[in-house]
Amino acid sequence: MKVTEIKQINDYEWEIPKSYRGDMRVPVRIFATRELIFQILDDKSLEQAVNAATLPGLVGEVVVMPDIHQGYGFPIGGVAATEFPNGVISPGAIGYDINCGVRLLASQVEYDSVREDMETLATLLNRYCPSGVGSRGVVRVGLPELDRILREGAGWALKNGFASENDLARTEEQGCIEGANPAKVSERAKQRGKEQIGSLGAGNHFIEVDRVEQVFDTRAASIMGLQQGCLAVQIHCGSRGLGHQICTDYVQEFQAAVKRYEIELPDRELVCAPMDSPEGQAYLGAMKAAANFAFANRQLLAFSARRAFEDAFAGKGKGWDLVQVYDIAHNMGKIEMHMLHGKPVKVCVHRKGATRAFGPGSQELPTEYRQIGQPVLVPGSMGTASYVLTGTEESMSRSWGSCCHGAGRLMSRHQAKHEIRGDQLRRELEGLGIKVRAGSLPGLAEESPKAYKNVDDVVRTVTSAGIARKVARLVPVAVIKG
Amino acid sequence: MPFKEIHHTADWSIRVWAEDLPTLFSEAALGLLAISGIVLSETPHIRREIEIHSPDPESLLVAFLSELIYCAEQENVAFGKITIELNGDHLIAKLAGAPIQKINKYIKAVTYHNLKIIESMSGFKTEIVFDV
Repeated sequence: MKVTEIKQINDYEWEIPKSYRGDMRVPVRIFATRELIFQILDDKSLEQAVNAATLPGLVGEVVVMPDIHQGYGFPIGGVAATEFPNGVISPGAIGYDINCGVRLLASQVEYDSVREDMETLATLLNRYCPSGVGSRGVVRVGLPELDRILREGAGWALKNGFASENDLARTEEQGCIEGANPAKVSERAKQRGKEQIGSLGAGNHFIEVDRVEQVFDTRAASIMGLQQGCLAVQIHCGSRGLGHQICTDYVQEFQAAVKRYEIELPDRELVCAPMDSPEGQAYLGAMKAAANFAFANRQLLAFSARRAFEDAFAGKGKGWDLVQVYDIAHNMGKIEMHMLHGKPVKVCVHRKGATRAFGPGSQELPTEYRQIGQPVLVPGSMGTASYVLTGTEESMSRSWGSCCHGAGRLMSRHQAKHEIRGDQLRRELEGLGIKVRAGSLPGLAEESPKAYKNVDDVVRTVTSAGIARKVARLVPVAVIKG
Repeated sequence: MPFKEIHHTADWSIRVWAEDLPTLFSEAALGLLAISGIVLSETPHIRREIEIHSPDPESLLVAFLSELIYCAEQENVAFGKITIELNGDHLIAKLAGAPIQKINKYIKAVTYHNLKIIESMSGFKTEIVFDV
């Protein structure tokens, strides 16, 4: 695709019209600056967005965020809404790591007062939060208990002493999506999940301790519990092998479903089924179960992070309790009400590498966030800044209540592995005062900041476009990676 | 090399070549083993037979490689010697391997993204994208 084939709407928005390709059902709306659009055109992400625009039952526009990059089937950083219940649901448009997401916890521990303790804190987090290839979780559960987790999500963690009421209140969907159906989850997926509940895994997942470097919106930051100069913790992970297996199972099963429903698609990874079909209902039930697993997983990791903070800081002053700011999903299909051309529509919003970003007044938010909009957590690349934003009225009307989810990859893992040395990167990060605990040095190299876009540019785009507002900028002081 | 890593922004992708279809499947499995950075233990030797039915060669390939990912993650076992028998929609894989001593990269899944097995005068080739 060439930049001349994309229509520029304004400084921060572009459109690929429906006329670009005969099989597109809706246009593609891109949030990007001119500089970012050229970076985006370096890979095949926009071709993937055009492919996504062919899904049956789409309404409005397919929306892509400035952190978009090439994935498989559906681009990472894409949002698409299909009419409920006649439109389709596509497992590949949600991704293998169902309910991959981010949790942010805030403390009142001033970084400057605990600099000397950061090495200890990093070691404790690494010890208490299992990470790395093949890591097993902090709790062992049997299959009946796993089914309870799949039905109850973070509610299971609350019943078992791993969560507080406040944690659940400040989690998307209160940490439990109604309608999860463990019977639609394969035994194989359950076997993978029961070993891994309460573990971080590997890849781009991490636990990061941050310093709140700058507050842009003091009222919103105060409501969230974020204080300038104090420590906060981000946890980024998802549904582990359970979610991967569910997606694998249903992408395979839907290969036959598209033939049964005579759906033609440009890429087999986009296979889908009508939401009101038996196949669509089965996947919805299984996807919700995986989402609940992921909410419980991040809750257990938050429990472990609290344990590390207690061990590192208890008895040395006040404010070391980690209070939940929010927990959000960025790989999920959600049934939501939105306004389209002035009328309410019920849709399934597929977000793959995109964060829900509901604006002020949304009834789905806890009371205190209805005034300011939903916290949107945007982790940057390792070693660089992260942002806390809020959703806006504009995100509701222009991006299906969605926003970006990170910096977005720029360089392939293959290239990063050959150009960047893990040991050298570790030394550079340590030189910046960031304590690093990594399971694999080549894995660390793949996640180098050089492999990602500049998160400041991504955030400037979404805030200038009006689909988010800045609340705070965080900078890392310790990173735990699998 | 009958396979090589190719550029993909977020995930891992390999291109695989072989003179015939069964060999393409076994080379794809060895490519998966290589990009995972798997080192096998010397003992005990493990033999296994996998049987899969799927309607077309691409879906057979995805199902076969997905089995190997499951074995690696759940059972900590991988296979360095692979013999494939293919008969239409039916695959039998005879596998010889061992417990995994070391693994560098965890592969989440095999995708269908742009997956096509192409036959030419020189044999068969395909490109596979893995989610990592």
